[in-house]
Amino acid sequence: MTTLTLIEEERKRAFRHNAVVHTALFAAVITFCLLEMSLGENRYPISVILRVLSGEQIEGASFVIGDLRLPRMLAGLLVGSAFGVSGAVFQSMLRNPLASPDIIGVSSGSTAAAVFCILVLRRSGTSVSLAAIIAGIASAALIYALSRGGKFSGGRLILVGIGVGAIFNSIVSYLLLRANQYDVPGAMRWISGSLNGVVKAEIMPSAVAAVILFPMILFAEKRLKIIELGEDIATALGMRANRTRLFLVISTVCLIAISTSVTGPVAFVAFLSGPISKRMTGRGAPSLPAAALTGAALTMGSDLVGQFAFGTRFPVGVITGIIGAPYLLFLLIKINKSGGSA
Amino acid sequence: MTNIRTDAARNRVQPKLRRRAIIAVVCVCALCVGIVCSIVLGSRKVSFSDVSGAFFHAAPETIGEAVVQKRIVRTVFGILAGASLGMSGALMQAITRNPLADPGILGVNTGAALFVVAGIAFLGISSPYQYIALALCGSFVSAVFVYAVGSIGGKGATPIKLALAGAATSAVLSSLVSAIMLPRTAVMDAFRFWQVGGIGGTTWNNMRAMAPFLIGGATLGICSASSLNALALGDDVAAGLGVRVGRARVIGAAAGVILCGATTALAGPISFLGLLTPHLVRLAVGIDQRWVISLSAIGGAIVLIFSDVVGRLVGSPGELEAGIVTAFIGAPVLIVVAARSKAHEI
Repeated sequence: MTTLTLIEEERKRAFRHNAVVHTALFAAVITFCLLEMSLGENRYPISVILRVLSGEQIEGASFVIGDLRLPRMLAGLLVGSAFGVSGAVFQSMLRNPLASPDIIGVSSGSTAAAVFCILVLRRSGTSVSLAAIIAGIASAALIYALSRGGKFSGGRLILVGIGVGAIFNSIVSYLLLRANQYDVPGAMRWISGSLNGVVKAEIMPSAVAAVILFPMILFAEKRLKIIELGEDIATALGMRANRTRLFLVISTVCLIAISTSVTGPVAFVAFLSGPISKRMTGRGAPSLPAAALTGAALTMGSDLVGQFAFGTRFPVGVITGIIGAPYLLFLLIKINKSGGSA
Repeated sequence: MTNIRTDAARNRVQPKLRRRAIIAVVCVCALCVGIVCSIVLGSRKVSFSDVSGAFFHAAPETIGEAVVQKRIVRTVFGILAGASLGMSGALMQAITRNPLADPGILGVNTGAALFVVAGIAFLGISSPYQYIALALCGSFVSAVFVYAVGSIGGKGATPIKLALAGAATSAVLSSLVSAIMLPRTAVMDAFRFWQVGGIGGTTWNNMRAMAPFLIGGATLGICSASSLNALALGDDVAAGLGVRVGRARVIGAAAGVILCGATTALAGPISFLGLLTPHLVRLAVGIDQRWVISLSAIGGAIVLIFSDVVGRLVGSPGELEAGIVTAFIGAPVLIVVAARSKAHEI
């Protein structure tokens, strides 16, 4: 067998493997979507769900599924995949598994802006999303500017990000405390993220952003993979790395910001999706569609666990936090053992 | 010849000593100003007679006097909590030789909070002694865990490794705290301060329970200061100078953990105070641990008292927990430390 045929074989195998992984993830996401709509105080069979979705009016079911569970499911799907994609993009771009937007403080800027708009300015919908986007981009720029000094270092970026995140979080705490109806479930949404009480109108900006930005980011995936090879190689291959990077940062920050203004910063989804999907698809750069599917599956799966696995209903962020943080520790131990600096 | 040399040496030492003494006096004055502010300022305006009455009447005669007496309690507690957190931060930074060591960043506060919340929820604890015992266990376990995770691998516990290990551990622990508290909404409101940290809502009784731990911790801390000075030169040099490195570290660490554990038991996790204070103090008095550790105590008290006053004024008519204010002013210190460090040091 010649080398060429070996490579050919290997490629085919990788392609088949990828196809299986993507199909499995897709199936998992669809299953979770159906479960989100079927489970609850009243259980509905799939036939009823499909009839409601096709527009039929069924007493009780139409309201419960159409107005309560469908928005919740859509929020989980959109927000989860948005966090998944943005996390994977940041991790590839900064070539560091720790550099996801929720760890380096980009999301906390958006959260602070969203909370300010909703609780203090009493806005909702598009203006909240806009404010969250602007704050997200501003905090990304701020973190980058503060961590530039001398030679660029991923570790410094992460430390600065943790600090910036702490400042924004204290602003969020302050705003929550000043709010009139300071109730605990509402506050949880802004501290660790929750799908409770999402209404249809809130999902619109998120859906629009997904429709516009997902294809654009996927289109840039090839160039992202080249950037991941390193600055020098990317330049040698004739890429304008800075332009691609700027485009990717702005588009992913928009996704994060809009999602955050809907559900709050669902803890660790952005951080987890990339590495998990990478492990499943095998060697090479992570595939962004796989990361998006993983994010959606993770968010909805954790939401289901939070809603039904225990006596009380936990918001999704508490569950993802409990799953995600041990993984972060595991990753740290692994990085430390291999002797690489974070 | 000898005279000239000693004069020169003295010249180098004396101004520093004078400067340090001046700084110490300034700190004490600032603390006094803080105490006065903390008693006089707040949501409710009080008159001078209220203040003087509060000091001389055992039982308050007007609402103003009652308010002032409450403020006296929280001011004293603020001084104790701030002093122990500041000193604890200085000790931890000295022992780990790491500019980012801080009870909050190392996850010690959250560990204490988790144990106490679990104790309230599952064991039904109520006395301050039980709080303190559980908080001490929690801080000890999480401190050891974070330091162990952070020091795995080649270069030992570097700032970034410690900070990330602490952040991750804090995230796990605070998720668990939420998971324990959420189903118990009734208890939750009373213990909401566990998540932010504040110095309101304590009593003389609680402080009496805390006092022995603080005195013990502070004594250990001050006693270990000179061996920590040697430790700063590196383990080998310190051993060469006759310091028992292992013992010095254990004593210093124990003092740091006792101080912040006992404080967290009653105040909740107050973040970034232990990071911020020693950095400011080192800017003022240099690197001599004896000065850094003792002035960090005074500095911590000043910062916490003023943070509490600011929190009361900004949050009026309610109040903003001091922990939020300290995070807001303390986090920039983390950023500055990170931004100034060289790439290979992180």
